[in-house]
Amino acid sequence: MTTKKKILIVEDDIDQLDHLAMILKADGYEVISAQGQTEGEEAILTAIPDLAILDLMMENMDSGFVLCHQIKHLYPETPVILLTAVRSETGVDFSPKSKGSASWIKADVMLDKPIRPEQLRVEVRRLMA
Amino acid sequence: MNETLHLLVVDDEVGMRLAVERALRHLTVSLPDLPNDIDFRVSQAESGEAALALIESDPPDLILLDYKLPGISGLDVLTALQARKLDTLVVMITAYASLETAVQATKSGAFDFLAKPFTPDELRATVQKITQHCMLQREASKLAEERRQIRFEFLSVLAHELKSPLAAVEGNLFILRDHMAGDAIQDYDHLVNRSILRLEGMKKLIFDLLDLTRIESGQKKRTLQEVDLCAAARQAIETHGAMAAEKGVAIAFEGPESLRMQADAGELEMIFNNLISNAVKYNKDDGKVTVALSDLGPVVAIAVRDTGIGMTQAEVARLFSEFTRIKNRKTINILGSGLGLSILKRVSHFYGGQVQVESEPDQGSTFTITLQKEPAPLLPATEHVATVVQTS
Repeated sequence: MTTKKKILIVEDDIDQLDHLAMILKADGYEVISAQGQTEGEEAILTAIPDLAILDLMMENMDSGFVLCHQIKHLYPETPVILLTAVRSETGVDFSPKSKGSASWIKADVMLDKPIRPEQLRVEVRRLMA
Repeated sequence: MNETLHLLVVDDEVGMRLAVERALRHLTVSLPDLPNDIDFRVSQAESGEAALALIESDPPDLILLDYKLPGISGLDVLTALQARKLDTLVVMITAYASLETAVQATKSGAFDFLAKPFTPDELRATVQKITQHCMLQREASKLAEERRQIRFEFLSVLAHELKSPLAAVEGNLFILRDHMAGDAIQDYDHLVNRSILRLEGMKKLIFDLLDLTRIESGQKKRTLQEVDLCAAARQAIETHGAMAAEKGVAIAFEGPESLRMQADAGELEMIFNNLISNAVKYNKDDGKVTVALSDLGPVVAIAVRDTGIGMTQAEVARLFSEFTRIKNRKTINILGSGLGLSILKRVSHFYGGQVQVESEPDQGSTFTITLQKEPAPLLPATEHVATVVQTS
């Protein structure tokens, strides 16, 4: 028997947090939900996630970046997905793949909100493979 | 400390250039609204060509420009300067101060005129005038830039706040579409209720935003007249009675029989509505709200106490920024736009007032607003008038 893979979700919008959790639980993952940066910071001290999904704008504009750094520092092997609506709102393009920002964004993937369940599943499966 | 402006004098007569340099060497200009005095560094050019080269390498703030030059004319220099879109101000010097040349030069962007011959005092007076204009212009564009920046930030956060409920509702619909929560329709009750709540919140945000915009733009009509604050408070308490009863919250009034002040009735209503609805919303079931009015001479104090969930010091500190909603497990089902306190702050500012909050987690919060009974006429809005008082 294999143990369930653990996914940490950090999102300050309770409804969006619940959606993500529901989708991933349905796919057979164990989900740790944290509402906001502070809860996220507490969560990574007690559990080692196999994957982390982080919202970018929470208590602070850069909460997601900060958490991402902390996770990569503690668990370099854990892949991180950053969720953001910033790119479509501001037209500012930054991503782990673009030249200017690859050096400081530690996330493996950035997904634009709103997140479609199919899209999330594809990325999660790919990163956990 | 002085600020130094770079002044370029362009004239083919060396005596003229030296006279200008001498006249300005010890000149300092002080302006009432600026902390620094201004002095001048003078550089010289003997032709239009030399002037353009210098403008390229070391752009001046001010130029004294002779109209008649040996090569290209003063007007040509002016035209070239316009094309480069510098914020340099130009004073034309000419012996032929005809109306025609004045019109031509002004059209090309000269700020002022100085007719030859002029005395050192006349020169200094002109430089003083142009300096003042230059500094005011810069100050104004600095302010405009800051305002643009604040507006951009406000709009980014607003877009985010409007998109969150949309994303939540959309997500709920995805779950419904894919029947992810079960096969019975009741399995989706929670999602449907959450969707309704989120849409209501979005509606409230839009209404509050419109209120705030009307207040800020000064388009909301104000009628200051004598009103009884106690009557206004009792009225607001009655308005919130039903909402409070649903949670079993009792609202009590404390204060004198009547308390008269000059105010706009609509604005008082906004203040009371915001304070009381918050005190009910963030209360515990069967809690208590007290609306206390006190007469402090020239000032009245409105204090609204609740026995609700309260806030930590960190939460209180964040409370007054726009769109801040304290998000935690206790506030999940409470509607709010994050703009209520901003509205409160702006309105109380009309009355030379302040907003203070004292709060303790799980014990409750007290919001106190002070208002002047005889408010001065409106001054242009200043930012962040609220002071936040924290209790340990």
